[in-house]
Amino acid sequence: MKRIGLKTALLAMLACIGPAMAWDGASVRNCTWCHGTSAQGYTVAPRLAGQRPAYLESQMRSFRDHTRDNPFSKQYMWGAVAALDPRAARDLAAYFAAIPPKPANDGDANLMAKGKAIYMDGIPEANIASCYACHGPNAEGVGEIPRVGGLAYFYVKARLEQWGQGYHSGIGTPMPIVARSLGPNEIEALASYLSFVR
Amino acid sequence: MLAPSGPRRSSSRRATSLRVVLYAMALTVACSATSDAQERGGFEAKVEYCKTCHGLSAQGYRGWFPMPRLAGQQPQYLENQLRAFIERRRTNPVMANVAHVLSPAMVASLATHMKNLDPKPIGGAPKGSIGLGKRIYEEGLPESNVPACAACHGSDGKGQNEIPRLAGQLYEYTVGQLTGWAKVRGQGSAVDTSAIMAPTAHNLTRSQVEAVAAYVSYLQ
Repeated sequence: MKRIGLKTALLAMLACIGPAMAWDGASVRNCTWCHGTSAQGYTVAPRLAGQRPAYLESQMRSFRDHTRDNPFSKQYMWGAVAALDPRAARDLAAYFAAIPPKPANDGDANLMAKGKAIYMDGIPEANIASCYACHGPNAEGVGEIPRVGGLAYFYVKARLEQWGQGYHSGIGTPMPIVARSLGPNEIEALASYLSFVR
Repeated sequence: MLAPSGPRRSSSRRATSLRVVLYAMALTVACSATSDAQERGGFEAKVEYCKTCHGLSAQGYRGWFPMPRLAGQQPQYLENQLRAFIERRRTNPVMANVAHVLSPAMVASLATHMKNLDPKPIGGAPKGSIGLGKRIYEEGLPESNVPACAACHGSDGKGQNEIPRLAGQLYEYTVGQLTGWAKVRGQGSAVDTSAIMAPTAHNLTRSQVEAVAAYVSYLQ
């Protein structure tokens, strides 16, 4: 039983690597070492599958310019993109954007309703902005605004906390201001809700 | 055998009164926290909140929805629209709730603040039909019953009183408003001051709307 399971898992992994190899094995594999073989995210590395290509490009730019400055970005991504030219970045972005994303489903299901309410309406009396206005009804993102639906609970929580602590993801983005208004309970609810959005 | 029950009962009574005191204290803390939050959530925080969506200098922002420029907008127009959202005369999935919690004094302060901002237009509109847009804006389209926009909005597009500023407005926003006018504006039975815009919007073709929207988006 266990051996069949392992074999299936290995086959599935190979099947996921397949299309990556067909494109440009080396650079895609450099990403998937951490972001998961099918780019669905792995521990602290966020899902890249289905992400908005313009957002992926903008973040690779921010890593290169050191304007995305949270600890993991500094530690891993600054070096990872240092030798990446803009054309390669665009190709990688297009490649990962085309992979169908799977939701992480790892938040607290009991907080879904609360998270969804904050996502849609914000909390106007507490100056918490509606996420929906920018990220869209299904958290799918648009242009340089990322798809946040289905991202891992840990990742969304960490990013919202980091913006609140004064880290950046680029120049002139509203997220540090947005995150400053969020308390730990709201962050937990939002990260939980988003992890289930498909 | 009875002896222990005495102290126990009194200790439980003491616990109850302690609970009441603690509850009262918690309530006091909660109330003062709320008033702190309201203080922090004063004018500056509210301005920041507006700008998270409408652009960090209120120049407009391209989110899932095109968020209009508020900078330089006519205060009376802003106040009218905020009321229209609350009264559901103007349909908007987000703004009704946003507007609902604003006191009249806050609305007035926000409107004055926005009026005094003057960032550069956000840009990004297609430039191919700006010439046509300028002509429609300044002369109207007499053959289709479209009055000159400049007649009310001013030749510089700055608007006046309840007539909005169009100068520097986000291209996608203006296109969206003019093409969706009948579905979004003037809802319900209350008379809308912008009623004149309903036939005007209706009489413009899509490409004429795009031309005018592009032209005004570049007006400073």
